[in-house]
Amino acid sequence: MARIRPAASELCFDEESERVVEVASIEEVLENAGGLGITAEPYAGRFGWGTLIRLNGKPTLLTDVDHAAVQGAMAAKRCARYRRRILDISQRVSALHIAPAFSCLEITDYVYSALMRPADVFLMSKGHGCIAQYAVLEDRGVIPREEMDRYCTTAGTLGAHPDRGTPGIVASTGSLGHGLGLAVGMAYAARIKGEDCNVYVVMSDGELQEGSTWEAVQMAANLGLTNLAVFVDLNDFGGLERLSEAHPAVYPIAEKFGAFGWEARRANGHELASLQSALAGRCGGLPFAVVCGTVKGKGVSYMENAPIWHYRSPNAEEYRQALRELEANA
Amino acid sequence: MRNTFAETIYEAAKHDPRLCVVVADISPAGSMEKLRRDYPARFVNTGVAEQVMIGMCAGMAMRGLRPFAYSIATFSLFRPYEFIRDDLCYQELPVTVVGVGAGVAYSTLGGTHQAVEDVAVASSLPNMRVIAPCDPQETRAATQWCASQNDGPVYLRLGKAGEPVISADAQAFEFGKIRMLREGSDACVLGYGPILKLGMDAAEALDGEMSVGVASVHTLKPLDAQGIARVLARYPRVVVIEEMVPRGGLGDAVKAIAWESDATCSLRCLSLRDAFVHLHGSHADVLGAHGLSVSAVVNALRGAH
Repeated sequence: MARIRPAASELCFDEESERVVEVASIEEVLENAGGLGITAEPYAGRFGWGTLIRLNGKPTLLTDVDHAAVQGAMAAKRCARYRRRILDISQRVSALHIAPAFSCLEITDYVYSALMRPADVFLMSKGHGCIAQYAVLEDRGVIPREEMDRYCTTAGTLGAHPDRGTPGIVASTGSLGHGLGLAVGMAYAARIKGEDCNVYVVMSDGELQEGSTWEAVQMAANLGLTNLAVFVDLNDFGGLERLSEAHPAVYPIAEKFGAFGWEARRANGHELASLQSALAGRCGGLPFAVVCGTVKGKGVSYMENAPIWHYRSPNAEEYRQALRELEANA
Repeated sequence: MRNTFAETIYEAAKHDPRLCVVVADISPAGSMEKLRRDYPARFVNTGVAEQVMIGMCAGMAMRGLRPFAYSIATFSLFRPYEFIRDDLCYQELPVTVVGVGAGVAYSTLGGTHQAVEDVAVASSLPNMRVIAPCDPQETRAATQWCASQNDGPVYLRLGKAGEPVISADAQAFEFGKIRMLREGSDACVLGYGPILKLGMDAAEALDGEMSVGVASVHTLKPLDAQGIARVLARYPRVVVIEEMVPRGGLGDAVKAIAWESDATCSLRCLSLRDAFVHLHGSHADVLGAHGLSVSAVVNALRGAH
């Protein structure tokens, strides 16, 4: 029996269309395969465990390990595409926060691709990271391509901070320290209205310096908001300098959430498997924070951990170098 | 007024499950306690945390609820100002920010608790509407209006407790329209909030000497410019009284309307001084230190400068 790349998984990447195809179950694939002599059954044995598929009698084992590898590769591919898209936009409009967007790309992609159900809410509290959200929303068909092309122009609606009313955007953020309070209100409203709705928030580490954040952290715990999950994009940089050097008392972060009555876990914010593992380890019963270690400007060497790229856009040569690096790392 | 507010919101909440009250560590008045008892999920106390009070209300409004944020005016409006600006006004969310004890009503608590510039601050915010009822009856009507509207944020400026009813004989309350509390022919007092009682007392004191009308300009934004222009055209003398600093309030607005409508009447504007008075006493004492009293209104109505 060969242990081969899975024929299907819950999320399949269609190379031709470059889109993720969602499949409800392996049974659905088999049903669609229609009388080709395919069967599937649970398998646990010396080759691992997972689903055993037989195509015309030839066995293929779809293992959970394969599943994770495929998902990780797909996520990396998507995020490389988002980075290229954002770099392209940077050559037309200089008004964007490129490095803060690159630090939260994988987190944003993960929330949308793995966690969000139709009734759930995503809130980009670090509003300056919104180009990352726009790129994901464009990929998912929520923001039309032509609208993305009009980013920060008078002909379009997308700005350098998210604006409520834009497709896929629930709140106008940009001023830091607002998102979590809004999320607490949304999560609480969903609960008292009996709506099955999870609220996911991506916030910056800089927002942990805002007093309002800690007001909201306390209220989330006081109200027992189990339908609230926060991802802290811990890139260790504010707009000006390194947090760990200038404001070391921001740390430790997970412990602070824990002390305020949250369940907190740590993850590598650029690795799908690490994010998955943090979520899989959630005990539940409390509001949930994932403190995600990230690199500001991730993916482009000269942008990484260089404060100037909080605001700057690359010139033509820098743009070409960035594309070369993304290509090389693909 | 705060008791009337609490009773009104409790009655409204019985019929509208969207209505919620979010307070920041303010002990609930009698009827507010009823709301808390009967609808515990719709009453939230954020504690001494006004930013999350406003942020939460915004999030709740985004999910279809109709929250009222409630605290002493300095803490419901000034402390979380930027949250009101960005979360409520910028996003046009139907949240009512209730400021209790506005002006110098907390007359023994000092300047930290006296919202002397609230109308100017709230009126300057795009998308914000500002209502300041003059007595418990007008508070009831204004609260009912706030509870029924879906268009965006409102700042509802209230007094404290024990204000007398002065609008019993007035026309019906209509948002955005001034209402005459008392008709007259020689002069008219324009004002808002409980201080309008000074206007009523002054009008009574002048009975037999001159005929004085009193109008409640309960809606400060949008201001009823036409209604005010009609008063300016009809009365030879108009006196504006407000428990607010001299800049950015009704006095400035009435002067602008007078100019734009070619009014020929005489106009006097009485307000709080542009100062923190550092005086602790009765509400009347502190108003007096600011130069506001029945005799000051009487003098202004007589045409004194």
